[in-house]
Amino acid sequence: MIELLVNGAKYQVDVDPDANLLWVIREHLKLLGTKYGCGEGACGSCTVHIDGEPMRSCQLTAKDAQGKSITTIEGIPADHPIKEAWISEQTSQCGYCQPGQIMQAVALLARNPKPSDEQIVDSMDGLLCRCGTYPRIIKAIRKAAGRGGSR
Amino acid sequence: MRDSMNRRSFLKKSFVGAGLMLAVNLSGFPPILANARKTEDENPTKEWAPNAWLRIHPNGIVTVLINKSEMGQGTWTGLAMVVADQLDMEWKDIRVEASPVRDEYKDPIFGMQLTGGSTGVRHMYDTMSKAGAAAREMLIAAAASEWKVPAGECVASKGAVTHPKTGRTLGYGRLCTRAANFPAPQDPPLKPREQFQFIGKSMPRLDMFDKVNGKPVFGMDVFVPGMLCSSIEKPSAYGAKLLSFDKEAAEKIPGVQKVFTILDGIAVVANTTEAAWKGCKALNAKWTPGSMPDLDDISLQRMCLEHMRKKGLTAKNIGDTHEALKKATTRMVSTYSIPYVAHAAFEPQNCTADVRADSCEIWCPTQSQTGVLNVAMKETELPADKIIIHTTMLGGGFGGKVEVKVAQEALAISKTVGKPVKHIWSRKEDFRNDCFRPGSLHMIEGGLDGQGSLIAWRHKVVVSAIMERLMPALVKDGIDPTAVDGIGNMDYSMPNLYVEYVKLDLPIPSGFWRSVGNSSNTFAVESFVDEMAHVAGKDPLEFRLNMLKQNPRAAGVLKKVADKGGWGKHASEGVGRGIAVRFCYGSYVAQMAEVSVDRKSGVIRVHRMVAAIDPGQVVNPDSVLAQIEGATIMAISVALKERISFKNGGVATSNFSDYPIMAMSEIPRIEGHIITNNDKIGGVGEPCVPPVAPAIANAVFAATGIRLRSLPLTPDKVRSASKVKS
Ligand code: FES
Ligand code: FES
Repeated sequence: MIELLVNGAKYQVDVDPDANLLWVIREHLKLLGTKYGCGEGACGSCTVHIDGEPMRSCQLTAKDAQGKSITTIEGIPADHPIKEAWISEQTSQCGYCQPGQIMQAVALLARNPKPSDEQIVDSMDGLLCRCGTYPRIIKAIRKAAGRGGSR
Repeated sequence: MRDSMNRRSFLKKSFVGAGLMLAVNLSGFPPILANARKTEDENPTKEWAPNAWLRIHPNGIVTVLINKSEMGQGTWTGLAMVVADQLDMEWKDIRVEASPVRDEYKDPIFGMQLTGGSTGVRHMYDTMSKAGAAAREMLIAAAASEWKVPAGECVASKGAVTHPKTGRTLGYGRLCTRAANFPAPQDPPLKPREQFQFIGKSMPRLDMFDKVNGKPVFGMDVFVPGMLCSSIEKPSAYGAKLLSFDKEAAEKIPGVQKVFTILDGIAVVANTTEAAWKGCKALNAKWTPGSMPDLDDISLQRMCLEHMRKKGLTAKNIGDTHEALKKATTRMVSTYSIPYVAHAAFEPQNCTADVRADSCEIWCPTQSQTGVLNVAMKETELPADKIIIHTTMLGGGFGGKVEVKVAQEALAISKTVGKPVKHIWSRKEDFRNDCFRPGSLHMIEGGLDGQGSLIAWRHKVVVSAIMERLMPALVKDGIDPTAVDGIGNMDYSMPNLYVEYVKLDLPIPSGFWRSVGNSSNTFAVESFVDEMAHVAGKDPLEFRLNMLKQNPRAAGVLKKVADKGGWGKHASEGVGRGIAVRFCYGSYVAQMAEVSVDRKSGVIRVHRMVAAIDPGQVVNPDSVLAQIEGATIMAISVALKERISFKNGGVATSNFSDYPIMAMSEIPRIEGHIITNNDKIGGVGEPCVPPVAPAIANAVFAATGIRLRSLPLTPDKVRSASKVKS
């Protein structure tokens, strides 16, 4: 049994401590917003926060996250400025990569409430989107930052 | 959306009094089923379905059933707008969901349920208009009979019917029960365009809220009670046969339940996907060398060249190209090569299937419901009415999810184990099992007359067939239409045109890839036009317009990008501009690229793309702009970076680490322009792709004098061309 703290809730999960955190989140906790894109740390679709830091859950084990606070897309309130800006900029297309993008953007604003365009691109650069939503992601982050940044 | 309601209630359940939670195994949670629509008897609320396409709830909510898959292109919202306008309702009251898979939901033009060819809105516009209008007429009849007034005195507006003379009003929801007694009109009057409140305006996507909150149910997110997870270990070389595998080693992996051979590989069935994948690795399977063991990047190139020397089939023959070339003042030959590229949709292919003795249920992120139904009938030997297919949300498609192999595998495994299984391809399998945009080789010879006009074009293309496998009825006299799309039917007036097609028969499967033949053929055609313009000493825009006198809409989009992009005006130091145009899927698109090239590193930097699309009419302008942006970025990615690599008889590429796609720091500024008129509605998902690669290559030439004729336009090619030049 591994104990995980996810979005403020404690879970006892019957998995191997070396089980992949992404699949534990998806298949055991059924928090399905976190996505599998590549499984090798190359796309960012699986991004969650570990103690507030954006991390690629496919590169972590359940053990790595033990005793830490995990936040997934489901744990970011719907009225978070990033989520609201994402809607007003009509950012998502297929939507599959977007939870990862949003988690990265939320972490960026938490650290740097007024990022420059350069800082936005710098922070978001490794998160791939096959649908090509990048221009709208940049606009959405600008917009969220303009409204006072993250809470 | 209904499926997200399930998820919402699931979330609520999980988080009440969030103390210590026990997440033991898959069955410990309520199932998550996409579009788990209850049957009428189970559903106590009396929703009224005036026709197959919509349901009206007594609370006034209208649910539109959509037969086209939503894979990011915005079709669900677009078609909902069409219904909402004809029905005349409030936007807040509209919902959408995937339609069932049944005959009445077939695309009336395709005769199948299929999302492809940029047909979402244009093939369904009339049907959805009628569906909304018919419901509106029935609601009016219901209100008129309630009030005992002539129907002609009543009007439907914003979700209610009113009788202006007496000021009475009844909401659609209240009229449901009564309206159900009226016959459905076959030819309801359609509201004219001037009365639209939604079509032509940018409406927010109906799937956006869920997509921002991690709620939509993609195929990957389907969980059904008692479900197992599976994977199939397949050979890496095409056509290889199994020699041996270590069953025990796989069975020893915790969570693995069953290991058995199936189809062309070995199935591992487990409690979790992770365990199934681990089990596959443990198999240590050995295979025969396959049907073309020495297939690799070099042999592929060699085979293309060898085929170029073969005689092909005549795909088009206008005028007398041979004579015209002989008489031409100037002649030129160029060769272009295009690599295999992958769809790489972000949600890898997957399918959940539950095959029972007398029925079958399938949850699948598919672009081809008819294809899935056909393969299910074959695998299960059940009739169509015993098979239920749920279309989930699709995490991208781009043509790749027309394929049904993943569904076939899921069905075969479920049938064998007698339980529902979720079958997911890992990213590596998604690359290796992909039906790629085929690579091709083009040799073009052109001739100019004394005035510098292009009057003859001989084009030989070596490429694999697509339609032969997917839609054989469309292959006429051995000519695969996708092989010559954009060549034989080029947008320019060409008095002498000869197109020859040599089929490249390889074990590599080719499939539909966003704009299909157009995307690769337009690179060759529009690069060559540019070369001929330079040889003729003409401005590439003028040169094109001169050949488009019969094609005003193609000329129109070119002029638009030239005008908005500053064509002919001074560009910054080191920056070159290139243009290209193509008509496909009912829409005209031109792209202008601005690039600069670092000669030392060979890196091409695209700074700006100006796109113009003329799709006739537009339903949701913001969706069109999103497609311009998305398709342009995907096309730049393919133009600059993407290429599938082969070795030892199979695919070598395995993941995004060896198949890099465009990242945020590499994107240019993208400006989209929409031209509308009264013509038929054209598609928008695909047509922005084809002109991108040639516009970039043409811009590279303008910036450096280097002509790149082989995709992708990678730094090494720029460097070696640079050396040759200097
Ligand atoms: S799935 Fe983790 S980075 Fe791609
Ligand atoms: S929105 Fe489809 S992959 Fe990003």
